[in-house]
Amino acid sequence: MATLLQQLINGLVLGAAIALIALGYTMVYGIIQLINFAHGEVFMVGGFASLATYSYVLPDSWKSDWYLALPLMAVGGALVAVVLAVIMERFAYRPLRNAPRLAPLITALGVSVVLKEAVRLWYPGATAPVPYPRAFVDKQFSVEAFGGRITIGSTALLMIAVSLIGAVVLQTYISRSRMGRAMRATAQDPDTARLMGVNPNRTIVLTFAIGAALAGIAGVLYGIHYTNVDTEVGFLYGIFAFTAAVLGGVGSIKGAVIGGFAIGLIKSLAGQYLPGGTSYDLVWIFILLIVVLVFRPQGLFGEPERVRA
Amino acid sequence: MTALLEVQNLSVAYGAIEAVRDVSFAVEQGQIVSLIGSNGAGKTTTLRTISGLIRPKSGRILFEGKPIGDLAAHSILERGVAHCPEGRRLFGRMTVEENLQLGAYVRKDEGVAKDMERVYELFPVLGQRKQQKAGLFSGGEQQMLAIGRAMMSKPRLLMLDEPSMGLSPIMTQLIFDTIRELQSQGTTILLVEQNALAALALSDRGYVVDLGRTTLEGPGHELLADERVRAAYLGED
Ligand SMILES: Nc1ncnc2c1ncn2[C@@H]1O[C@H](COP(=O)(O)OP(=O)(O)O)[C@@H](O)[C@H]1O
Ligand SMILES: [Mg+2]
Repeated sequence: MATLLQQLINGLVLGAAIALIALGYTMVYGIIQLINFAHGEVFMVGGFASLATYSYVLPDSWKSDWYLALPLMAVGGALVAVVLAVIMERFAYRPLRNAPRLAPLITALGVSVVLKEAVRLWYPGATAPVPYPRAFVDKQFSVEAFGGRITIGSTALLMIAVSLIGAVVLQTYISRSRMGRAMRATAQDPDTARLMGVNPNRTIVLTFAIGAALAGIAGVLYGIHYTNVDTEVGFLYGIFAFTAAVLGGVGSIKGAVIGGFAIGLIKSLAGQYLPGGTSYDLVWIFILLIVVLVFRPQGLFGEPERVRA
Repeated sequence: MTALLEVQNLSVAYGAIEAVRDVSFAVEQGQIVSLIGSNGAGKTTTLRTISGLIRPKSGRILFEGKPIGDLAAHSILERGVAHCPEGRRLFGRMTVEENLQLGAYVRKDEGVAKDMERVYELFPVLGQRKQQKAGLFSGGEQQMLAIGRAMMSKPRLLMLDEPSMGLSPIMTQLIFDTIRELQSQGTTILLVEQNALAALALSDRGYVVDLGRTTLEGPGHELLADERVRAAYLGED
């Protein structure tokens, strides 16, 4: 019983990270129908950029105060992620906006290879996982219960809280603000949005930037929770997050969050309880994805695909 | 006196297909001007070019005497040209209110809420159901919302593309009455219609567009009486 609870907690933490990344996938797909495969790498770069902020930017005297160091690391990670995504949109995707859909998709794959290799080659020590500082945020809360010990760390709580708060803030922004309306209008009918005076380029770049900021923040939270960052995580978490977005219904914020938590929980529970253990946990995730898509091709909360006029 | 809108020798192409070859017309301040012509004549393409969705291949578009042919769509709207597109093109998954807010997207003044109330006065059915999704409304109600949405930018020139399309005769009458009402409140109107009879009856001036060219023009009542127009567009031999 204690093991089950512990695995639920682990699954929620993993799911929270996936959800934060999935939000970017789902927003970009919603507005320009692009599966931005490079988005996972933006998350990875965010992890490295916040580590670099810690190692190379922060004065030594600030490093032991988590309330100084952590927000600045998050800002560093998010900022680099946003700049990267804006450049990517401007120079890799925008010129292909009216090209056949396969062209930007392949470009996205190319961009992700470039990002991963660039970090691996140029970040000091990044050919292997790079350790994260941990001294300032490793407080563990543990309770004796159900004949065992259940532990949840402050980083785990932070990850879950930021993910949920991020999703709620984003949902509110998109459904209530003027720019949020412009984003939804562009997603539904780009030409008519232009007739309303919406500048599509500005709206699309903002969508990329918001997704990247969330991915960058996910990067720093991942780093302090798992205590390292590695150039491989971009691809792996990119796949998780993409699957979460499809499972929840691409374009849906709620879907991305629920899809993210579902995948985190399945991975963690299947690894513990199902035959094959952790070597088969990905199999269960994709089986779930296939089952959902067979019965609900638009995903759990997606709008059915409509033909555009 | 310069016209509010002047289109001179406009030509527009989709790749190799020349949809508009030589269209010229003028819309004077305060008038209702209609472009009539059969399906595929190039009317919609002309409006989409004026509002900046497509770039002209050649020719000039002047609004208040200044060229607008290479401005972005949002800049053209900011100058006072609103376009109520063919097929209404509402944001069907958004509410009536959100559609109207989008119509006022470029405005920064305080009067938006008041103008929204005016739309609800003009079309009470919208006011009663402002929190409902636009996609749930009937064709006529959707057309009302599309017009209301276009009016929310407070345009000097309102361009309407086939507002009577698919509507019952009663609904068509209501929409045409509304157009006249908007004119009397000071909005200049450029109307595109296949329903030539109703459009010309309402118009100060009309132009016939045929195969991408403006071929005939004149005051609405004169075109209505013109036997070439009657033969081609009013179904008379
Ligand atoms: N997006 C497009 N791509 C290619 N050809 C088009 C497109 N839109 C319209 N056309 C062609 O341009 C011509 C004019 O169309 P349109 O402007 O819609 O005419 P109208 O509004 O008078 O019916 C038609 O021959 C039509 O097939
Ligand atoms: Mg048309």
